[in-house]
Parts: sequence; structure tokens; C-alpha cells
Amino acid sequence: MDAFILQVLNGLDKGGAYALIALGLTLVFGTLGVVNFAHGALFMLGAFCAVIVKKVLTLERVELDPTQLTAWGSPVEIRTHYIEEWFGDFGTLLIDFSVPASIFLAIPIMLILGIVMERGLIRHFYKRPHADQILVTFGLAIVIQEIVKAQFGANPIPQATPEMFSGSADIGVLMGFAQNTVVYPWWRIIYLIFAGVILSSVFAFLQFTTFGMVVRAGMADRETVGLLGIDIDRKFTIVFGLAAVVAGVAGVMYTPILAPDYHIGMDFLVLSFVVVVVGGMGSLGGAVAAGFLLGILQSFASMNEVKSLLPGIDQVIIYLIAVVVLLVRPRGLMGRKGVMED
Amino acid sequence: MNWLNINKNDRNLLIGFIVVVLLGPLIMEPIGGGYPDLLQKFAIFGIFAIGFNILFGLTGYLSFGHAAFLGIGSYTAVWSFKLLTMNVIPAIILATLLGGFFALIIGFIALRRSGIYFSILTLAFAQMSYNLAYSVLTPITNGETGLQLRLHDARVVDGLFGVERTAGLPNTELFGLAMSGWNGYYFCGFLAIVGFFISLRIFRSPFGLMLRAVKSNQHRLSYTGLNTRPYTLAAFVISGMYAGLAGGLLAVTDPLAGAERMQWTASGEVVLMTIFGGAGTLLGPVIGSAVIKYFENIFSSFNEGILLNAFSFLPEGLQQAFAWTVGLFVGEGWHLTLGLLFMFIVIFLPGGLMEGATRIKSLFQSSTKGSPPIQKDLPVEKS
Repeated sequence: MDAFILQVLNGLDKGGAYALIALGLTLVFGTLGVVNFAHGALFMLGAFCAVIVKKVLTLERVELDPTQLTAWGSPVEIRTHYIEEWFGDFGTLLIDFSVPASIFLAIPIMLILGIVMERGLIRHFYKRPHADQILVTFGLAIVIQEIVKAQFGANPIPQATPEMFSGSADIGVLMGFAQNTVVYPWWRIIYLIFAGVILSSVFAFLQFTTFGMVVRAGMADRETVGLLGIDIDRKFTIVFGLAAVVAGVAGVMYTPILAPDYHIGMDFLVLSFVVVVVGGMGSLGGAVAAGFLLGILQSFASMNEVKSLLPGIDQVIIYLIAVVVLLVRPRGLMGRKGVMED
Repeated sequence: MNWLNINKNDRNLLIGFIVVVLLGPLIMEPIGGGYPDLLQKFAIFGIFAIGFNILFGLTGYLSFGHAAFLGIGSYTAVWSFKLLTMNVIPAIILATLLGGFFALIIGFIALRRSGIYFSILTLAFAQMSYNLAYSVLTPITNGETGLQLRLHDARVVDGLFGVERTAGLPNTELFGLAMSGWNGYYFCGFLAIVGFFISLRIFRSPFGLMLRAVKSNQHRLSYTGLNTRPYTLAAFVISGMYAGLAGGLLAVTDPLAGAERMQWTASGEVVLMTIFGGAGTLLGPVIGSAVIKYFENIFSSFNEGILLNAFSFLPEGLQQAFAWTVGLFVGEGWHLTLGLLFMFIVIFLPGGLMEGATRIKSLFQSSTKGSPPIQKDLPVEKS
């Protein structure tokens, strides 16, 4: 039982990331009707926002202290972070919390990037075939990826968890298990909560605001909404920006779990597409549910007991499920009729 | 050539293709590509792209998993070298057949869906094969190291014919003719010609017409009471066989096979080549793959030293600046150029280089003769 719960928890945080990316993909697809292969690149850019913030915060001044010598006989270098010099303890705290702090940078940057991307490129592809959309966004993803690679190198850049959350929580005790049976890192709990908050706020935004209502109306029947005198294109542009922000912050918060490198976006994108298809193209709830479902199943498949029964299952489970779902329920788990059916 | 049953234009095209393949070394010499390694790649990836084009160009089904068949072809060929003989004939025949066999299985399932679902399904299958090749199938694929020849491989058939074992690793050969250098190129070139001819015949056949009908409107075709699945499946299997052959040839020219050949970026590459040249055209994919492989070769060989040299006529500061800017796009950054190029093609020239050529031609014709512009072909993809 405890192993079971542990696997569910392990699956949840990965599922959270899948769900956040898949949500953005579905939003873009449902509103603009565009299949965006560059969405993973947005996740990656978000992650690199955290890298940049960390870099900026830890800019330092190097002084040589001639009075002290190192073992090699050269003067000791004293490194001081500017930020600590200026803000004292608050600066230290800021460095420690660089990952969560990056969100404040990531939100405006991703919003602007998303809007620029939509206005500059995607807009011209509404009327083109889906294959063209896939291809052009695929090209864009390569370009973004290569720029990041040229700038930051090909190696993963690990990001530290804030000191406060670096340990693990023994949550098994809360559920009445013996100590140290169900141990779960704090940061993953944070990530899970974070994913939940983002997901529910996006849903609340769409459900309870006028803007969201117009967007939903536009998803159902774009033309009629346009005839009512609403500039639906502008709203959809903002939705694209929103999707970019969701992917971006998902990337920021994921950095302590998985060190970002330039192809992290592509790795997640392929899986997220599978998630979207399993959930049902165009269904927001389906995307989220499928994200968590596949995350959990993946973590179960990587249990040793399962692996000894079916070797290699952990590598292929997600794809296998996608194949089965598409064949049994062609529209995905919660797909609507008439979406993406030529 | 009447027995080939093709019209005059096609005959000229075919003869032209054969001449270009035969004179390849001479043609490429002045632009620095006249060596067998590169020309082999042209031929092999040309075959790969020709096959992909039969599926994508004719039926409009965009597969993102063709690299899986390429990888399967490579593994099969290397196993044939290890177990049977160093002769390349069984290797490429087996590679082609096995590529086709896997295409049959995957196609049977994936072709139940169309559009983006088909793309995702093929992608899923390719990633599955890639992951399996890396993990559980290690006894067959040798995992990360890649499958290689060894001194003590069985080579049963060679043993039967009493081929002497060499001291080092044996070379691939065609009845005693070593498949390295120019021999290798002409072997691949010959198969490229055969592949091109078959694709030409498919394009002009009733079967090809049926595939085009699938692309322009599959629903209408089904309303006429016709089951389109056998046709699309046949196209998928044929293109899988081409991919298997290309994979086998990769192993012929360099007998080792690694799982990275099956990764989805490799599938993306063949899509790119086909689109770049012009999907749905006969020559387009070959040209696309040759151009991409050529520039890959040229561009990725540049390094900082060469660049600084090239800009040495400029003042020091400018020299550095120029070299740095250009350096972003060449060498390691070659993929950036490729991505930009790819976007450019999709945005402005959806028909690829072939459409560009047609447009330029029509530009000249309309300006000189005032003839009406050539009617633009319909986009090749499904909507």
C-alpha cells in the first residue's frame, strides 16, 4: 500500500507538468485551431528564465586579498554577490529563492513572446493546412532550441531548490504508515500545489470572467461571435499569450526537479502531444485528466515489480496507451465530436 | 525504351537522373563535394526521401515516424553481416523486407486515423521503437554502444563458401568487390536510380492516381464505395521498404547501427528534405535531400579559425564581430540555419524548391511571351 501511494505521488508531479503543457496546447488548439509544435520550446524558454535570473542574481565581484594566501601561493579571491552587498540578508534570501522569483520575470516575458509569436507567425497560418502548421512550428522550435543552445551550451544547468524546501516530507506518517515509508521531496509537493493552482485559475478565468466567456463562445462558434461585433482575434491572441505563460511558469518551477537543457522542451512536447491526443483534442478537462493519468501510469510502470513482469514497459507505456486509446476511442477520452476530423 | 512504357518527358527525366548519378563525382568536384562519403549520403537519403514522398507527397499522410524503418533496416543489415555473409545483397534485401514488414504492422494500426492523429500515432510508434532499442532490446541492438561487427561473428554463408577470414574486421563486399569508396557510391547510386524509376512508375500508374485522390478528398472517394485503406496501406508499406533499404545502405557503407537513427528528430529530417525539395513532385525529394546534406557537410565543417580567415580583410573589431555573427549559423549552429531555412520554405514556398523553379520559369515566360501564368498546383497536404 505504501509503495502504491508513493508511486501515485511520483506520478503526480510529472503529470502536473504534462497537464500544464497539454492545457496550453489544447487552449491554443481549441481557440486558434493551430497545432503548435513550438509549445515545448516555450516550456524550455520558461525554464531558461530561471537560469537567467539565477545568473543575474549571482553576479559577483572578485577581490584579491593579498594578506591571505591559498595553498598554491596565490592571493585568496573573495567573491561577493552584488545583490548581497546591496540588500544584505534580503539579497541572500533572493538568491536562495531564485527559482520562485523567476516567475515574476517569466510571466511578462512569456506573455510578450507568446503574443509576438502569434501576431508575427501563427496568425498567417490559420487558413493553411494542419500539416503546414505542424511544419512551421516545428521549424520555429528548432530555431528557438538552437538559439538557446548557442547561448547556454548543450549541458543541463542544475538549479537549486530554496533551502527551506530542499528536504523531504515524511507524509506517510500523516496517513498512518510507519516512519520513512512514504517520503516525498518538499519541492515536488510545492510543484503539485503550484500546478493545481495554475490549472484551477486558468479554468476559473475561462469559466467565471466575461473574457473567458467570450473565449469559450469563440471556441464553440467563432464566426457568430465575430458577427456579434467582438474582435475575437484579439481575444485569441491573448489566449495564446496565456498558454505561453502557463507553459513558461511550468518550466520555471520544474527546473529544480530536472536540470534544464536545450532539448527539454522537445522531450516534454512529444509526451504532451500524446497526452492531448489521449485526453481528446480540444477538451481542456481531458488534457488535464490525461496528463495526470499518464504521469501516474508512467510511474507505476517504472516500479521494479512491474518491470520484471514486462521488461521495458516503463519506456513505452505512454505510447502504448496512446495507441490503445486512439484505436478504441478515436476521439480520445473526452474528445468532442467534429474536432480535427478534416 | 518503349518497353518501359513511359512517355517522352519521363524518359528524358529518367535519363537525366541516370546521367547525373553517373557523373555525380564530376559535377560535385568543382563545389567541393566530389568524394564518395558525401555522394553516398546523397543517394541514400535520396532513396529515403523518395520513399517518404510516395506516402506524404501522394496521399498527404504526414508520418513523423519514418526513422524507425530506417533504423530497422540498419539493424537488419548489420545482423545479416554478422550472421550470414559480408555480401551486401542479402543484407539490403532483408533490410527492405523487414522495413516493409514493420511498416505493414505499424501502418495497419496507424492508418485507422488520419490527419494529426496519424502523425501522432506514427510518432508514438517511432518513439516506442527508439526507447525499446535503447533499453530492453539491448541483446539485439546493443543499446547505447550501437551494433557493430566483431571478429568472431558467425557469418554462416561465408563459412560455407570457404571465404577466408581476414585478420581485421572484414569489409562489406559485392561478390568480392569491396563496398567502400567509389564502388559504394555507385552501388547506392544504382539503387537510387532503381528507386527513382519505381517511384516514377508509381506516380504515373492508376495506383498513384488513386493515392492522389486520397489526398485531394478521401471522403468523396469513400462515398464512391471504395475502400481507401488498402491503397494507403500499400503506400505506407512501400515507403517503409524504401526507408528500410536506405537504412540497409547506411549499414553497407558503414557497418554499424545505433538507436539514434530512429529518434524522431531523424524522422523530422526526412520530412524536411521532402518539403524542402517539394513534396508531391518526382525530383523534389532527391534535390531536397542532396541540398540539405551538401550544406550540412559544408556548413558544419566551418569553425572559428576558418571564419576569422574569411573575414581577415576587415579591420580587427569588425572581423571578430562578423566571424561571431556568422559563427552562430555555421559549424555547431548549422541546425539553426536549417530551422530558419525550413520556416522560410514553409512560409513562402510551400511547394519547396520545385515550386520556386516553376515560379521563376513562369516569371520568365510571362515577361517574354505574355502567356498566362502557369496554374499553381494545389497544396500538397490534406486540409
